[in-house]
Amino acid sequence: MTAALQAQGLGKKYGRRWALTDCTLDVPAGRVVGLVGPNGAGKSTLLNLAVGMLTPTTGSIEVLGSPAGSSQLARIGFVAQDTPTYARLSIADHLKLGASLNPAWDKTLATDRIESLGLNPKQRAGRLSGGQRAQLALTLGIAKRPELLILDEPVAALDPLARREFLQDLMEAVAEHELSVVLSSHLVSDVERSCDYLVVLVDSRVQIAGDIDTLLATHYRLVGPRRDEKSLPHNQHVIAASHTDRQSTVLIRTDEPILDPAWTVTQLTLEDVVLAYMGRSSPSKQNDRPVLEVQR
Amino acid sequence: MMWLTWRQFRLQALVIGAAVALIVVFLLATGPGLQDEYQLAHEGFLSRISFDQINEYLYIVGQAAVYAAPPVIGAFWGAPLIARELEMGTHRLVWTQSISRTRWLVTKLLCTGLAAIALTGLLSLAVTWWADPIDDALNHGDFNGVFNLPRLLPPVFGARGVAPIGYAAFAFALGVAVGLVTRRSVVAIAITLAAVIAIQIATPMFLRPHLMTPLQASVIVTAENMRGLQLSGPETNPEVMRIEARLEGVGEGFWKISENTVNAAGQVQKTLPDWVVNCIPPPPGGPTGEGKIQAKTAQVSPTVTACFQRLADEGYRQQISYHPASRFWDLQWRETGVFLILALALSGFSLWRIRRDLT
Amino acid sequence: MIEFHLDGRSGVSPYQQIVQQVRNALRLGLLREGDQLPTVKDVVAQLAINPNTVLKAYRELEHEGLVSARPGRGTFVTRTLTDHSLAAHGPLRHDLQRWLTKARKAGLDDESIEALFMTTFRTAAQEDIA
Repeated sequence: MTAALQAQGLGKKYGRRWALTDCTLDVPAGRVVGLVGPNGAGKSTLLNLAVGMLTPTTGSIEVLGSPAGSSQLARIGFVAQDTPTYARLSIADHLKLGASLNPAWDKTLATDRIESLGLNPKQRAGRLSGGQRAQLALTLGIAKRPELLILDEPVAALDPLARREFLQDLMEAVAEHELSVVLSSHLVSDVERSCDYLVVLVDSRVQIAGDIDTLLATHYRLVGPRRDEKSLPHNQHVIAASHTDRQSTVLIRTDEPILDPAWTVTQLTLEDVVLAYMGRSSPSKQNDRPVLEVQR
Repeated sequence: MMWLTWRQFRLQALVIGAAVALIVVFLLATGPGLQDEYQLAHEGFLSRISFDQINEYLYIVGQAAVYAAPPVIGAFWGAPLIARELEMGTHRLVWTQSISRTRWLVTKLLCTGLAAIALTGLLSLAVTWWADPIDDALNHGDFNGVFNLPRLLPPVFGARGVAPIGYAAFAFALGVAVGLVTRRSVVAIAITLAAVIAIQIATPMFLRPHLMTPLQASVIVTAENMRGLQLSGPETNPEVMRIEARLEGVGEGFWKISENTVNAAGQVQKTLPDWVVNCIPPPPGGPTGEGKIQAKTAQVSPTVTACFQRLADEGYRQQISYHPASRFWDLQWRETGVFLILALALSGFSLWRIRRDLT
Repeated sequence: MIEFHLDGRSGVSPYQQIVQQVRNALRLGLLREGDQLPTVKDVVAQLAINPNTVLKAYRELEHEGLVSARPGRGTFVTRTLTDHSLAAHGPLRHDLQRWLTKARKAGLDDESIEALFMTTFRTAAQEDIA
């Protein structure tokens, strides 16, 4: 199965600043990928590169097996940040826009969805609430019958109810149409529910990328008597460590069982894992830990 | 894509379309009347039609409208085309459907550009048709009040024939390019309006005279054909800066580009010798000093006659370059051609530049 | 038909929660042999969770022999976990209420009662295994 998204050494520079550095990813198809990271980390840049709104400065990016760009547009649905719509066009006009610009447009799907959302097709998009506009944008993305749906923080500006409804509809579409999804988000709780693959982007670099179940199975919190984290065995990669005068708490990633009886071992939640990677200092301060980790 | 282009464009199209339609209706209603009147008798035609206020009014309105169309179209159809999408962020929606940006822009440029050309063409040709009897009369030397400029002359030329089509296409393409570069509708509108108006003013001064090589005429100034002198300096001892003569024998309605006094060797004179002052016919009460003196009918005076004779004898003549009235359509097509080529070049620029990063 | 809910704070993964909720429903007789489990699409539309999570849970239940997936038709219950000891619930509850009254009279607060119960329960479970 072709990868949904593949990047090799991908980098993007704006003026003097690198928005994305040395990004290598291999995201399998059929997943719901959560892209998390702080503001300015490069999430939007990565997604814009995937849909061809930007061109790479270094490296390459491929979606669904071909280089990102206008040749792939028909196979990718995109919901941009702030879900832009034409304020003076009605919902029906937007559907017509979709129909006239997309060869694979599914008209029945679009109109049924609008109806089931209880939206009035004659209403102008400028008069809709944030949640309704997001639902319209999602409809436009789904009715195009893409193989991959990319969403740039679609729920960031929505109230909790609108957010939940949006995600419900998104997941339903995934179940029904077997879509791959890449979704950037601030909210780890949403990612935890709906995603099965995680990419953490901090400071323009990929900190960790992998299957969520595998990540949760291989990350642990070790609590025990005070100890230098460099003294841990090599197969235990330290993500974060904190010490008091008597106690050490270390977050590690390992494929091997943990045999040292001095440690109390607990599993981590996804939020713990994400926060650990987000809190890491920049790679220049790490000595020998590789920054790019891809796990299957 | 065609549907979307129309849907986004329809309000602007209808506004300008309605304005053009309104004017065209008036022109169509009164045009045949003018033609009948002209057929009746060429003599005194212009003073006859001046009796009807509506004719003078339509003449002025028609001219103003044709001049106004290109900057308005450039600013309100062209400037917001891309700029508004970028401002509102809707480019993130429409450029990620299934068609490329290039195809999106090509469709928009073609559909809207052709509409611009069609509407401006309709308006301009309607005005040209309506004003034909008037222009014809003016080209035969008639004039009255507001009807006083032959159509080859700058203020009228740009409001006749096919040249406005060139301006409209150019203004539209310029607006689109400015909008793409500035990314802000309001700024783009302002810049486009200013630029197009400036170019409309500059074209007859710098471009049009050179579209064809002007004809040259050599005229010896006499008391009869001198139009005026330009003096400067103190009252008692003025200096003659320039002298102007009427160009005769080339018909009416020609466009004088330049006039210079040259000496026997063919050199352009920046000022004329002191004694040329004697060519001024003395007005009752003595010379008045600085300023142009209109001397349509020179008074017979021996000093004056001797002065002109001396001018002729010493080989001074007026070198006048001009375009005759018959060149109207030649100049029209060339000017239109220049602006259509510019419009294509600007469109090409926009098509190239839109492929850059634009989040 | 049953409905699922997700407890974001329980520390139990979503798919485990679904498995447990199906088992509980079977135990309490809310699901009987031949009943259909909610479709993946319905669960996902209600809970906004990943479809793969639901599929994984249903696969595990199938592995345990509790349900069976019929392609094109849905997932159906094949075996129940009805507690044959339902009859014993009444007297056991009665005993438990008496014990709780005794514990409170002895001065134990809620947390101590719970801690006492859990440690005794766990020790007993260990002894069972051993």
